[in-house]
Amino acid sequence: MNVFDIIGPVMVGPSSSHTAGAVKIGYVSRKLLAEPLKKAEILLYGSFLATGKGHGTTLALVAGLLGMKTDDSRIPDSMRIAEERGIEIIFGEAELRDAHPNSVQLILTGIDGRKLEVVGESIGGSRINIAGIDGISTNFSGDYPTLIVHNLDQPGHVAEVTSMLAHKSVNIATMQLYRASRGGYAVMVIECDQEVPKESIAWLEHLEGVQKVTYYSLKDGE
Amino acid sequence: MTMSFEKLHEIADCALERHIPFWKVILEDDCTERNISAEESFETMRRMYRAMKEADEAYDAELRSASGMAGGDGAKLEQFRMQGSHLVGDYLSEVMEKAVKMAESNACMRRIVAAPTAGSCGVIPAVLLTYEKQKGTEEDRMVEALFVAAGIGEVIAASASIAGAEGGCQAEIGSASAMAAGSVTYLENGGEEDIVHAAALALKNMLGLTCDPVAGLVEVPCIKRNVSGAVNAVTSAQMALAGIRSVIPPDEVIDSMRRIGKLLPACLRETSQEGLATTPTGQQVAKRMRG
Ligand code: SF4
Repeated sequence: MNVFDIIGPVMVGPSSSHTAGAVKIGYVSRKLLAEPLKKAEILLYGSFLATGKGHGTTLALVAGLLGMKTDDSRIPDSMRIAEERGIEIIFGEAELRDAHPNSVQLILTGIDGRKLEVVGESIGGSRINIAGIDGISTNFSGDYPTLIVHNLDQPGHVAEVTSMLAHKSVNIATMQLYRASRGGYAVMVIECDQEVPKESIAWLEHLEGVQKVTYYSLKDGE
Repeated sequence: MTMSFEKLHEIADCALERHIPFWKVILEDDCTERNISAEESFETMRRMYRAMKEADEAYDAELRSASGMAGGDGAKLEQFRMQGSHLVGDYLSEVMEKAVKMAESNACMRRIVAAPTAGSCGVIPAVLLTYEKQKGTEEDRMVEALFVAAGIGEVIAASASIAGAEGGCQAEIGSASAMAAGSVTYLENGGEEDIVHAAALALKNMLGLTCDPVAGLVEVPCIKRNVSGAVNAVTSAQMALAGIRSVIPPDEVIDSMRRIGKLLPACLRETSQEGLATTPTGQQVAKRMRG
């Protein structure tokens, strides 16, 4: 916590967890999709479902998906803006087990057909946790540039990715490994202190055994 | 140098030892912690102050919250004040008005500055913006006062809590009130002791305050509680400036707030399962919002 967690953030109300946190979940998810949004299914859970309407949680999630940040005064208008841009938005209830009380599941489709499923949790203040991507459980905050690599569960992939990062002078802040089943596919979630260069991400995407690369950049508009 | 203070007396001692003002101790701590220049820290705080001012100016009396419970009361207070019919003096009268306005803006999805939370966002700007307007104080000094508020808030966050879900409303409106009390004491040329005792006196009046928002929304009782938090800040500052001291030392008050927060049952910590939220009227609103 620093002084600007105490005086700040500048945000659109009414609630840091149900509004600002929700914007952030949408924002991070849109960046993870990495292409303009065509369709979003927004499935609410727990307190997001119960009190989301009065807190503008749905508007906030849509605003984030449109690329707005927590202090964007257009947040209350997000549904209208989504409609203008021809983005299809569907709301529903999420069927999650033992999820955080403020959770949402987003099923996103981009204009070039890329699909992404994200489970986001608003964990207090305006802090969030991305708790799942494409059915694999994860844990990251959106406070760091984050690299997510889906690969076949084979020896050597972790070393390839980490040595590439070292080569590009990118320091690893946290790293987590998950796999669906042995010999199936695995996911690496790496929070970095520096941005990962674009060409390195492209290089990773073409690496044998790598199925999907998702990157969350702190830079605007990427 | 210590990182992030956990006691108010540590800040006060540091200021006295190093012969620098209270606010500067907080600023320097921020610079160390985030590895930034003094200028950057100060300018960031100035942005917060200006954002508060913009939010106040952007108040729209026509807006209503999604529940329909919130909106328009700030304009009523303004009108009442303009008629010259105020029970309290000029200063408090406008403090009350600005507190309601900001809290209503928050409920109506306008841009505000969480200070320390969105629910309590009206307290500090009400006290400070009114002060600047009525006394013509320089902006730099107002920014310094915000650092004082931030320092008090940081200590409360580290040693107790600033979240209603953890510590009840004493942690939100109570903390905001203590922060505002210290900062306006600074503006009135209070010394370190006056600042921390103003905060303590303010916090003591808020101990035990429950968080029981109707329908889980940051509207009832939150909006009007911003008024009591702001007014309480001013009266506490007045006491401290007159030389009155909190018998219980400031850091002990904060610790008691922490213990009280722990003792508060979950039903009174933002879950809307008791108190105002479960009154017949409260339940009606909740039902309407679910429907
Ligand atoms: S009642 Fe609860 S939600 Fe409302 S201001 Fe107090 S702590 Fe925040």
